[in-house]
Amino acid sequence: MTGTRIDRRFAKTKAENRPAFVSFVMAGDPDEATADAILAGLPSAGADIIELGMPFSDPMADGVAIQLAGQRALAAGMSLRKTIDTVARFRRNDDETPIVLMGYYNPIYIYGVEKFLADAVAAGVDGLIVVDLPAEEDEELCLPALAAGLNFIRLTTPTTDNKRLATVLKNTSGFVYYVSMTGITGAEIKNRTAVGEAVSRIKGHTNLPVAVGFGIKTPEDAALIGRGADGVVVGSALVSAVADSLVDGKPQPGTAEAVHSCVRKLAEGAKRARS
Amino acid sequence: MNKRAANSLRQGPDERGKFGIFGGRFVAETLMPLILDLEKAYRSAQKDPAFLSEMNDLRTHFAGRPSPLYYAERLSAELGGARIYFKREDLNHTGSHKLNNCLGQILLARRMGKTRIIAETGAGQHGVATATVCARFGLPCTVFMGATDVARQMPNVLRMKMLGAEVRPVTAGAGTLKDAMNEALRDWVTNVESTYYLIGTAAGPHPYPEMVRDFQKVIGEEIREQIMELEGRLPDALVACIGGGSNAIGTFHDFLDEPNVQIIGAEAGGHGLDVENGHAASMTGGRPGVLHGNRTYLLQNEDGQILEGHSISAGLDYPGVGPEHAWLRDTGRVTYVPVTDKEALDAFMACTKFEGIIPALESAHGLAHVMKIAPQMKSDKVIVLCLSGRGDKDVESVGKHLGMAL
Repeated sequence: MTGTRIDRRFAKTKAENRPAFVSFVMAGDPDEATADAILAGLPSAGADIIELGMPFSDPMADGVAIQLAGQRALAAGMSLRKTIDTVARFRRNDDETPIVLMGYYNPIYIYGVEKFLADAVAAGVDGLIVVDLPAEEDEELCLPALAAGLNFIRLTTPTTDNKRLATVLKNTSGFVYYVSMTGITGAEIKNRTAVGEAVSRIKGHTNLPVAVGFGIKTPEDAALIGRGADGVVVGSALVSAVADSLVDGKPQPGTAEAVHSCVRKLAEGAKRARS
Repeated sequence: MNKRAANSLRQGPDERGKFGIFGGRFVAETLMPLILDLEKAYRSAQKDPAFLSEMNDLRTHFAGRPSPLYYAERLSAELGGARIYFKREDLNHTGSHKLNNCLGQILLARRMGKTRIIAETGAGQHGVATATVCARFGLPCTVFMGATDVARQMPNVLRMKMLGAEVRPVTAGAGTLKDAMNEALRDWVTNVESTYYLIGTAAGPHPYPEMVRDFQKVIGEEIREQIMELEGRLPDALVACIGGGSNAIGTFHDFLDEPNVQIIGAEAGGHGLDVENGHAASMTGGRPGVLHGNRTYLLQNEDGQILEGHSISAGLDYPGVGPEHAWLRDTGRVTYVPVTDKEALDAFMACTKFEGIIPALESAHGLAHVMKIAPQMKSDKVIVLCLSGRGDKDVESVGKHLGMAL
């Protein structure tokens, strides 16, 4: 099997008849050393794919949990350069688990698109999700990223109708990220049946795997959504586990394990989705 | 005329919403279909005589337009140079130019069948104008306002509440305009089907910068007519304050192709440009980046994290600026200058004492620059300042700054 790490990972989970479990954590949260420990233990806890948040001062699409995670990381001195370094350190011990950087465009724009892509590829990044770059702005980053060999994963939402879907899917690669609701990360999914229908609808338009995120908080959610989706994404619940483990804002010896234990439970939920 | 149009500076944005490299549509996919719909709705409204006539009727009978162009006789004499005129947007209903934009957008929201309005506000002027048009048309209204601004602009908070709006204080970040805008965007993405986001300045994703400019350009068009009547010629200089830049683009736009009219925007210099994070002068102290749906000049650090900025004026306390201004800066057509808190306070008091007009602290930034240039100009020269709002909302905080006993 060729293709990217992301392609290979979805091929594997498909062969095992289960959805991929995609875990989101924020780079540098609550500090660099603890974040390294969290990241290193994610695959063995059950994460098939890792989304690593690039902290940003103004995360317009995120709810409070991820906003606070970004603030903790920035307060501890995190930057885009250090986020890329984090990936490079992870790759020394893990050459299989795909890593997708997720965040907003401005830090990348300021870093310099060309330099960012070169450094990200060299560090072992597999894909990008940039929330505030719709298909209309593909020339900014999407096309150069594809040319650099990275996957560019686009969000589709309940407001993306069939007509627009063609535009959105055109330069999408790796997988399609379906946002389960009109809302921000960490909000409640109001209609789970509609999520399943939307996943089927998108799969009618593309051969790419479809992962669902936003609002998946419990193993039951993961099992239910994972029945039809090729992947389930959990983020707010994991960064909340970081937050809950802190004492006076400081990481504790059990901080990384708190996140891994949360991942184990949720990944178990995803695993029994189709059994 | 045709020859001028070929090289006109008034043609932007292009079909992708760009003014040069600035502008664009940097929003989450959830909002993208809506923004495309909004553009369609706006294009159809622009050509609809019924829309334009309803807006004109509201401008005349609800807002009280045209606003006067007033010769500031005592201040001109005191400064001993150019003749200074004030475009009296402070006399517009609700006390600032903000209503011009709200009238246009509320009519558009109704055409689109939206049933709920949200807005962000800094000084509260846009919040009040939005709450006002929502009361006028019977639509529920939620205004997001930074918690810091809620505290320093209490009279406007009370006005919004009396007008029936819900005011949601935003505690994230420094609790100012940028944070209010983030929260408004989060609400919009959540309630995208029902809700119209009535953005208050000529910034945000396309088509907002163009649309807000179009609704505000009545300011400059009236100035042209009025100054021709009063002075028989165009002004030598036009000055306006810039936060996001809606009163300024409204003032400037009609004159962009008039090479003999010098155009100047006054940014919030706060404690001074040399004070780190101590000002809100995005064009004289920032660099291009992407925030809130558009590429523009932003206050940011070397990692691309947005700074809060500072200004004594809650309406200018924003780390970005409308994309058309960013472009006009780079083309060199408009000059942007910083004005400090102290200079603005001095201008505030001068206007109050010499003209009997209490200006908004925002407008006082523009006036402060006028007070710098007027004495250097001959007495046959003419400056027009957009006095964008009245200062009732600011008297308490200015009193405190000046140590006046309450």
